[in-house]
Amino acid sequence: MKKKIEIKDFSIAYGKKTIIQNLNLDIYQNEVLAIIGPANSGKSSLLRCLNRFTDFNNEAKVSGDILLDGVSIYEDEDSTFLRRRIGMVSPLPVGLPMTIKENVTYAPRMAGCTDKAELDFILEDCLKKAALWDEVKDRLNTLATKLSGGQQQRLTIARALSHHPEILCLDEFSIAIDPVTTMKIESVLHELKKDMTIVMVTNVINQAKRLGDRTAMMLHGEILDLDTNQNIFGGVIRDDRTKNYIEGLFG
Amino acid sequence: MFKPSIHLLNKEIREKNFKNALSLITFFLFLPALGIIFWLFIKGYPALNWNFLTQDPIKGMTAGGIFPTIVGTFWLVIISVIVSCPLGVLAAIYLSEYAKDGFLTRTIRLAILNLAGVPSIVHALFGLGAFVLFMKMGTSILAASFTLAVMNLPVIITSTLESLKAVPQSYREASWNVGASKLQTIRYIVLPNSIPGILTGVVFAVGRSAGETAAILFTGVAFYLPFLPQTVFDQCMALSMHLFTISTQVVGVPEAYPYATALVLILLILSVNSIAVVLRTYFRTKRKW
Repeated sequence: MKKKIEIKDFSIAYGKKTIIQNLNLDIYQNEVLAIIGPANSGKSSLLRCLNRFTDFNNEAKVSGDILLDGVSIYEDEDSTFLRRRIGMVSPLPVGLPMTIKENVTYAPRMAGCTDKAELDFILEDCLKKAALWDEVKDRLNTLATKLSGGQQQRLTIARALSHHPEILCLDEFSIAIDPVTTMKIESVLHELKKDMTIVMVTNVINQAKRLGDRTAMMLHGEILDLDTNQNIFGGVIRDDRTKNYIEGLFG
Repeated sequence: MFKPSIHLLNKEIREKNFKNALSLITFFLFLPALGIIFWLFIKGYPALNWNFLTQDPIKGMTAGGIFPTIVGTFWLVIISVIVSCPLGVLAAIYLSEYAKDGFLTRTIRLAILNLAGVPSIVHALFGLGAFVLFMKMGTSILAASFTLAVMNLPVIITSTLESLKAVPQSYREASWNVGASKLQTIRYIVLPNSIPGILTGVVFAVGRSAGETAAILFTGVAFYLPFLPQTVFDQCMALSMHLFTISTQVVGVPEAYPYATALVLILLILSVNSIAVVLRTYFRTKRKW
């Protein structure tokens, strides 16, 4: 399998607090990698490093390297283009203060797309993928900030898909979404896997089990276990702490 | 175990009293403003008519109108805003969106805060040295406007900084996350949502410069000019300065004249400030979060 992302000897610290130390991880093309682990173990920080979001935090210090398609993500001084290749869904939904339509077409417009027909296509396509189209199709020109929390969450998923990313990073995407809609989005993710690589952080172990091809268990900025779902959830676990976490014995 | 008691109810009554006291104090603060305008109107009424607003002062400023001073004040205010507005807003954008929080930026912020507290007469001396003499503008509308601009810069920068800060950081992050550059984020997310606050600050700065006397005293305003300014290199008259002149420096001015001049000045400033209030209310109804 082709390696999409190679994380090499990567460390990140905010001020004096080290979050991730010397982490090595390969992520393959078109796989779904689920990352599980208790709070504060560096899962979200790892995602933030993938699109160099740490650039905006003066406290953040990174070392090591991350290769995307074999090229270092730090090669280009400006990280804007990198972030256009990666779709990011954060756990707290933020609808930008503009209409639903403007929200979903924001990314392609910022990337220079001015074709109205194409923007309309993206709008409908992405909202359908995020299972939001039926609820908002009659009020696309109302403010996105007036949507409910769960709807805004799905809006951020639509927005993350709108610029056709090669990699989709999902950080607790289903936290505010009801189980039925979550299932809809999960089945869409199964489809999307054909076109992109998906990295998802989740606290729902069953979600990792359902969606992931491989699952990584993180604790205190280290990867304790990384294996195919078959092995991780089939009992072949090297580390006791992973086993306990999956069985719900510690958190 | 704690249980709510009648004691709490007493507290609630006290809360009501406190609220009433606060609203009473606020009302008393409002009284002087109303009183001043009322008093000026009573005293200045005899002199107020169309000619007063549209004619030149004659007979050594003891008769005629105040037209040239209104024109001069408009010149000064408009040019100073043209200068200070873009400078101030751009500086604030740099400080808020780009500058890293280090020793230098903290010093700059502190300097701006201090600049806001500098007395206007000191600004006037600075303007005299820097614009009139050093940059050889002479005593002119330009030099006076620049001095006013320097005086207003910290006000505009501070108010712009505040309104930029009021835009939630999460909006910027969401915008960066989907691959918008920093400039695009400022253009499409930050500025549209902070424009009301910025405009309010600018309009208040306009009101402030319209009433300013000391800062323009040495830099471009004349006691009396027999002609209207033709270019920015001419001197001009100004309402605030004229008020000072006719109330203290000239003998034989009718009693109503200074009051009427003051009324015109204060109504001018009030109308500018009410534009700010209207703008703010308008934008608040369009607020998007």
